[in-house]
Amino acid sequence: MKSLLAALLASPTLLLAAEVGYPLDHAPIDPRDLVSLQSGARTFVNYCLGCHGLQYMRYNRLTDLGLAEAQIRDNLMFSAEKVGETMKIAMTVQEGKAWFGVPPPDLSVVSRSRGADWIYTYLRTFHRDPKAAHGWNNMVFPNAAMPHALWKVQAEQSAVQYDATVRDLVNFLVYVGEPSAQSRKSIGIVVLFVLGVLFILAYAMKKAFWKDVR
Amino acid sequence: MASRLVALWDWFDSRMPSVGEEYRKHMSEYYAPKNFNFWYYFGVLSMLVLVIQILSGIFLTMNYKPDAGLAFGSVEFIMRDVPGGWLIRYIHSTGASAFFVVVYLHMFRALLYGSYKEPRELIWLFGVLIYLSLMAEAFLGYLLPWGQMSYWGAQVIVNLFGTIPFIGPDLALWIRGDYVVSDATLNRFFALHVIAIPLVLLGLVVAHILALHDVGSNNPDGVEIKKTKDANGRPVDGIPFHPYYTVKDTVGSIVFLAIFCVVMFFMPELGGYFIEDNNFVPADPLKTPAHIAPLWYFTPFYSILRAVPPLFHSQFPGVMAMGIAVIVLFFLPWLDRSPVKSIRYRGAYWKGALVIFVISFAVLGYLGMKPTTVWGQFGFDAFFLDTKDRATWVARLCTILYFAFFILMPWYTAKDKTKPVPDRVTM
Amino acid sequence: MSDDQKIDKTRRNLVVATSVAGGAASIGAAIPFVASMLPSERTKAAGAPIEVDISTIAPGEMKVFEWRGKPVWVIRRTKEMLESLKRVAGNLTDPASKSSQQPAYATNEYRSVKPDLMVLEGVCTHLGCSPQMKPADDKVEMGAEWAGGFYCACHGSKFDLAGRVFRGAPAPTNLTVPPYTFLSDSTLLIGEDKKGA
Repeated sequence: MKSLLAALLASPTLLLAAEVGYPLDHAPIDPRDLVSLQSGARTFVNYCLGCHGLQYMRYNRLTDLGLAEAQIRDNLMFSAEKVGETMKIAMTVQEGKAWFGVPPPDLSVVSRSRGADWIYTYLRTFHRDPKAAHGWNNMVFPNAAMPHALWKVQAEQSAVQYDATVRDLVNFLVYVGEPSAQSRKSIGIVVLFVLGVLFILAYAMKKAFWKDVR
Repeated sequence: MASRLVALWDWFDSRMPSVGEEYRKHMSEYYAPKNFNFWYYFGVLSMLVLVIQILSGIFLTMNYKPDAGLAFGSVEFIMRDVPGGWLIRYIHSTGASAFFVVVYLHMFRALLYGSYKEPRELIWLFGVLIYLSLMAEAFLGYLLPWGQMSYWGAQVIVNLFGTIPFIGPDLALWIRGDYVVSDATLNRFFALHVIAIPLVLLGLVVAHILALHDVGSNNPDGVEIKKTKDANGRPVDGIPFHPYYTVKDTVGSIVFLAIFCVVMFFMPELGGYFIEDNNFVPADPLKTPAHIAPLWYFTPFYSILRAVPPLFHSQFPGVMAMGIAVIVLFFLPWLDRSPVKSIRYRGAYWKGALVIFVISFAVLGYLGMKPTTVWGQFGFDAFFLDTKDRATWVARLCTILYFAFFILMPWYTAKDKTKPVPDRVTM
Repeated sequence: MSDDQKIDKTRRNLVVATSVAGGAASIGAAIPFVASMLPSERTKAAGAPIEVDISTIAPGEMKVFEWRGKPVWVIRRTKEMLESLKRVAGNLTDPASKSSQQPAYATNEYRSVKPDLMVLEGVCTHLGCSPQMKPADDKVEMGAEWAGGFYCACHGSKFDLAGRVFRGAPAPTNLTVPPYTFLSDSTLLIGEDKKGA
């Protein structure tokens, strides 16, 4: 009976999501690649920040990516004055609704709600559609209100280069979704080591006390 | 130095002797059976998680804003701008799920060893009240991040109260404080989650432990150790809780914390089961998500709710079934007619029934996480098929088996062929 | 040593070892909780230095800016104002600003980087009210000896045009000079020393 229970609990295949949609490509991101992250930050600020804010992300946090505050101020801040400000945009929700039908959502945590693979595939499956108001449609998100903001980049780059550009952008968005992810993991390793030491001592202590229990 | 400490203790002890008395009564002279096994860790671990949740909760409250316009942002503020805030948030979210893992295993121990049977029925009753309070606490707490799942989960559950005949709609309105889940609801859920239910939980836990200590602990053999005492009046099969179980529970706690930390530091969302993806989208009253599912620890009961078909266009029968599925737990001590406590000495009926119960509960839990279409449709049609979803029919079967475990219990536990129970515990 | 004594010694050692390790781990676990009460990034950003335009402040005029929730006064002092500083020195509690708060570059006779530009936190060092500027010609209210400065209406403290407190006032020290630096002749950065300082 106990083994049956164990077998049931150990069958993770049962827990796979059954949502069906356009098959997603795996986003080959490396969260520790600072160059990729910096490139993604640049792409985002140049092509996305016009409509999509990152209201929970402060400019000065981008020092995580190996940038100095002066570099951030000179290259990435177009509409903010102080480096401690958040990466919000001027467009209000009402304006967004009026201009686009649907206000462009803030993307601070989009990597946590949609996932890296979804965003990676989404940005690479825009295609021309004369029936759409802005002329574009998307395989992952049919009839999206968003036009292909990166169309010029895709036109100017080879397929491999564009994939890399999008990969870096997705990498950046994953970082923005949870900036403390890397430190979380490194602290975790230290904590587990400490718990390991504690376990050895506590177990020896337990054995010493329980020697006479029979 | 040591003599000064002793003198200090003596000064205190002479003025408040009850502290020392309670310590002796509940720790150093509380004789617990010496054959506690793995299943006996989960009571202490439940207390540990309660402390963890209270501590992390206090510090979250320092920065969280219970306002519909500010709540979601305040959680991200904690995650990014508060030093160490992300860690406190993850402790609390992991702790919430860990609480249910530990409590379900703790309750299962009671099923294994008959810990709810005479004279321990009251401990069990307090325990079921704790379980109910915990479910309320988790439900209230989940609204606070004000994500899509928070909002719509609360909307669905409060609407369930609205299906109660006659008083339903007024009751739902009173709970919400508004016509839909709104800022009014968020604020009151915050008050209930932060102080009201925690006080109830603390009171119930104290009652639970006092009731246990008055009677004495059960053990994996279901043998009453107080029946065999030595010349000093101490149970021969008992050992003082302190130092033996304090020391053993220290090891258990460290192992638990290690597993807790693996999840918290390396996979805090646990694939969307501990923190749901859709909850990273701010609550939108105008946009219902395609798939609303409660967190995993509620899904077995959610499954039962969905499995029961509507009657006269009301979902109330399903709501009743879901409620009874929890309430039936209160009656367990009186449904179980077996003279034997522990599964070690029970017969095939009980063992079979327990296996079926566990599998049904697990299947119901899994199905509750998924849309009802997860296992496709039947190929054929028939007059009684109000729905062709295979998953719904499996859920219905499991619901029947779940209730059968309790309803038929007086019969199969009386008829069961039990083995003779030893006088002394086996190690 | 008997076996029992050996067991007891082992037990005691292990209890000590585990307790010490456990205590250290607990302190480590407490650190993020304690740290969470430190100023957040939002607070630090709001308390960031401010850039102000001083080109429009005429001689004898004062402009008020807000930094870290406090009023910061920027006064363009005239020659007469500067001369009055020497005259009143005898009536001051702390004329050399020995026990008062100002950056090193403001510990001079004018309490400022440039003599004609005074920067002061407009918060009385007694109990925190904000004093008012009283020019030198306000003899009716301030008396014939008044050479210009600030008067705190709450409990009567008086300060001169370098923010130095007069004797007899409940305020114990001179008005605080915040850190500041000149980005140019017309722009002041209040809240930060010169880069590299």
